[in-house]
Amino acid sequence: MWRRVTNQGATIFAVVTAIVVIVPLLAIFAYLVFKGIGSVNIAFLTQTPKPPGETGGGMANAIVGTGLILLVGSAIGLPLGIGAGIYLAEYGRNRFGDVIRFTADVLNGMPSIVIGIVAYSLVVVPQKHFSAFSGGVALGIMMIPTVARATEEMLLMVPNVIREAAYGLGIPKWRTTLSISLRTASAGVITGCMLAFARVAGETAPLLFTAFGNQFWNLKLNQPTAALSLQVFTYAISPYDDWHKQAWAGALILIMLIVGAVAAVRVTTSRGKLKGVG
Amino acid sequence: MPDTVDPMNPPEPLGQLQRPVTAMPPLAQMDQTRKPGQGSAVLQKIRSSHPRSSRIPDATFRVLIALTAVSVFVIVVLVVWELIDKSRLSLHQFGISFFWGRDWDPVNGNFGALPFIYGTLVSSFLALLLAVPLSIGVAVYITEMCPVRLRAYISFLVELLAAIPSVIYGLWGIFVLAPLLREYVEPFLARTLGWTGFFTGPMYGLGMLAAGIIMAIMVVPVIASITREVMTAVPQNQREAVLALGATRWEMIRMGVLRNARIGIVGGVILGLGRALGETMAVTMVIGNRPEIAKSLFAPGYTMASVIANEFTEATGDLYLSALVQIGLALFIVTLIVNALARLLVWSITGGTPRASA
Repeated sequence: MWRRVTNQGATIFAVVTAIVVIVPLLAIFAYLVFKGIGSVNIAFLTQTPKPPGETGGGMANAIVGTGLILLVGSAIGLPLGIGAGIYLAEYGRNRFGDVIRFTADVLNGMPSIVIGIVAYSLVVVPQKHFSAFSGGVALGIMMIPTVARATEEMLLMVPNVIREAAYGLGIPKWRTTLSISLRTASAGVITGCMLAFARVAGETAPLLFTAFGNQFWNLKLNQPTAALSLQVFTYAISPYDDWHKQAWAGALILIMLIVGAVAAVRVTTSRGKLKGVG
Repeated sequence: MPDTVDPMNPPEPLGQLQRPVTAMPPLAQMDQTRKPGQGSAVLQKIRSSHPRSSRIPDATFRVLIALTAVSVFVIVVLVVWELIDKSRLSLHQFGISFFWGRDWDPVNGNFGALPFIYGTLVSSFLALLLAVPLSIGVAVYITEMCPVRLRAYISFLVELLAAIPSVIYGLWGIFVLAPLLREYVEPFLARTLGWTGFFTGPMYGLGMLAAGIIMAIMVVPVIASITREVMTAVPQNQREAVLALGATRWEMIRMGVLRNARIGIVGGVILGLGRALGETMAVTMVIGNRPEIAKSLFAPGYTMASVIANEFTEATGDLYLSALVQIGLALFIVTLIVNALARLLVWSITGGTPRASA
């Protein structure tokens, strides 16, 4: 009898925890949509911020700035990450490979604010001012471990016979790796890249003292640049009601960017699979 | 001796022939040099003797690829070096006593990190206290109880929690969670548990409690996904054996699954701790940012990550900046140890390299 009661109790507990975990998720999305959708309009998407106290204005410069910083980040993080992944899978079955694997793990667990400090002292201090480039460096560094591990895992799943078949046809190793192994694994590698992208797209902490933020348009890499996440942060902790509304709108755009990236992954990978292996 | 050799009775064993027929060593011997992932030595030999040799492009490719791998190593070394180099001033000035100094007084150039360490520890442990039962409950529900059709959806929703940026949690914390705490939860806690001393004082909504709750929500997907992974690694016949002895489902989960998976679950919890310690934005937005050590969870606090986030760009003077970097260095070392410990524990269960996500 008592055992049956405990069993029922445990079942109820597990169901309740599942509900308790999922409720905040739904609540966050509901609030984002309800609060954000009212403030997203043409002005929000095309104008720069108004000075405090004035209503209106938008985050167009921050949306473009986020794009710019992510572009620099991807240009640094993706080649280095994919390259390191190829090394680990194709050449790295040795002591040195283990060292690289360990350092990638260290980088993966590093708090993002610490990466911000390092990007500040490596790029901002020599350059003598905050810049989109330094923000991109910080985000790029954060992308490397995720991309490298995904690439390695996917390449290791490519059967060795495919490589040997290519060697048998007289194809050199570099060509085999790029056009056969990597191509076979491309769906998984792209997924890894997009996950890394989605992970850094909403990052704020490493941008605080690298990209710094900007109330005006800026497309130069060596100037302080606005970013969506930074703008949401600044507006959320400000005392102005109008800015609070814009913070919700900015957050909505940000989450749509991230969800869009993840959805794009699903589309490309399923299309890649249809084409067939290799 | 006749010139012809009887094939059935060779004068010496074939394996010990001194002069092989060709200049190449026997295939079997060459194949011993083969390592997994490197291709066969035979193939490499054949390719390098091929008239259209590809040795130079291959070597170039190998060097380029190795350079990208080395860059990962170099970046981590640079990070450590920069943190040590930039905090040198503060390390010299305060030494190790920096970590138990209670004063944070930028005006007089007196820096002690204890309030931040206290805030980081208390908010992280509060987060774990809330998140651990929740995550284990969710993992048990998903792996053992949930109808198969729902399983993928629920685990997808839990993973989605991990994809929401920290700053959005902070936004939600300021405008939804904090008012909720201020109006309903904190008065209730003060009435029922006020005598413990943890739930007294003015109720702002923003404070240690809010930070702990927000962080708990963010840590749940980390712990839940690792717990799920190690629970799936428990062999099915363990479950069947316990059930066959007449156990109820809960007894089966407790004795057959959780007991076998406990080391891995502890690893997952520690991995969650690592994430909580380094968490910056959401906590900065809801913790109240006041460098003081208060017993009450309603009171505002400050964490190591949030003091860097708030004061780094405003730091005037080299010593101030250096003190902030030293906090960053401490944060890095602590998360490094915590993550390494967690990985060892998880590996000991799942055996092999787990997914790189965390």
